Amino acid sequence: MSQAAVLEHPGVEPAESPLTPESWGKLGMWIFLAGDAMSFGALLAGYGALRYSSGDWPTPSHVLGIQLTAFMTFLLICSSVTMVKGLSAIQHGDQAGLRRFVGLTILGGVAFLSMQAYEWTHLIEHGMRLSGNPFGASLFSTTFFCLTGFHGCHVFGGVVYLSCILVQALRGRYSVTDNNPVEIAALYWHFVDLVWILVFTFVYLV
Amino acid sequence: MTVAHEEPNYMGVFWWLLVLTILEICVIYAPMAHLAIVLLLIVMALTKASLVAMFYMHLALEKRTLGIIALTPLVLCVFLIFALTPDLGAVIHQSPKAEAAAEGVHGEH
Repeated sequence: MSQAAVLEHPGVEPAESPLTPESWGKLGMWIFLAGDAMSFGALLAGYGALRYSSGDWPTPSHVLGIQLTAFMTFLLICSSVTMVKGLSAIQHGDQAGLRRFVGLTILGGVAFLSMQAYEWTHLIEHGMRLSGNPFGASLFSTTFFCLTGFHGCHVFGGVVYLSCILVQALRGRYSVTDNNPVEIAALYWHFVDLVWILVFTFVYLV
Repeated sequence: MTVAHEEPNYMGVFWWLLVLTILEICVIYAPMAHLAIVLLLIVMALTKASLVAMFYMHLALEKRTLGIIALTPLVLCVFLIFALTPDLGAVIHQSPKAEAAAEGVHGEH
């Protein structure tokens, strides 16, 4: 759009943001992630408060499967690597690399969700319910399902989001000079990984 | 239009994340005081989260103001924890003996 056209339409936004010169979308994603981080932060702080004030909170590592969740953590870390590799590929003009690495990232997310579904099924079979459990404080299972479920919803959202990016990549939508949507999607996916690192530590290990 | 950044060592960060995850799992079985284990786990988790934010989310290469936006939730969470602390103290000091005594007092009336 020419300078004259912008002057004629004062409602048109300037072409560059001072914080993220790449796009307004990237700044928007960062602001969204900051808000989302507050949701997770409040959930984790609430979890800590309830646990600290409870006398019969079970030791999570005795009840929950640490080996399985450690592998799930490993999977999410690997999917973060494939995501940055995909972004790096398109920044170097490698379309096939972008498709391959985004595809692998989606696979990692689907595998994570499948393992979470297996874990939940196993725990429910052993008496874990949203309203109580046979291991101790009833809020142990309530907070467990809320925290891991909220994160799981984010992973599911990420898988759908990356699938849309993959479809666009298959159509040859991205290039060396135009790959901002991939970077914005990558920010979301890394955030999901970052949050899991904290959930894994506070809910499963501490 | 995308601005090109100098690419961080992504695989190097991956190995650090992997090593820290393995260390976290080892620490929970270590013969140490529970408080020390908790502190170590928190330090390692925050280190891992920082590695992801700084290098995979490229925060290390972005403008400082974006870093402030990203840090805001952490600061607010610390405030929230301080805000919750008085309530925690109230619940913890409400021991079963104190509760029984309180019930006795109420029962007399």
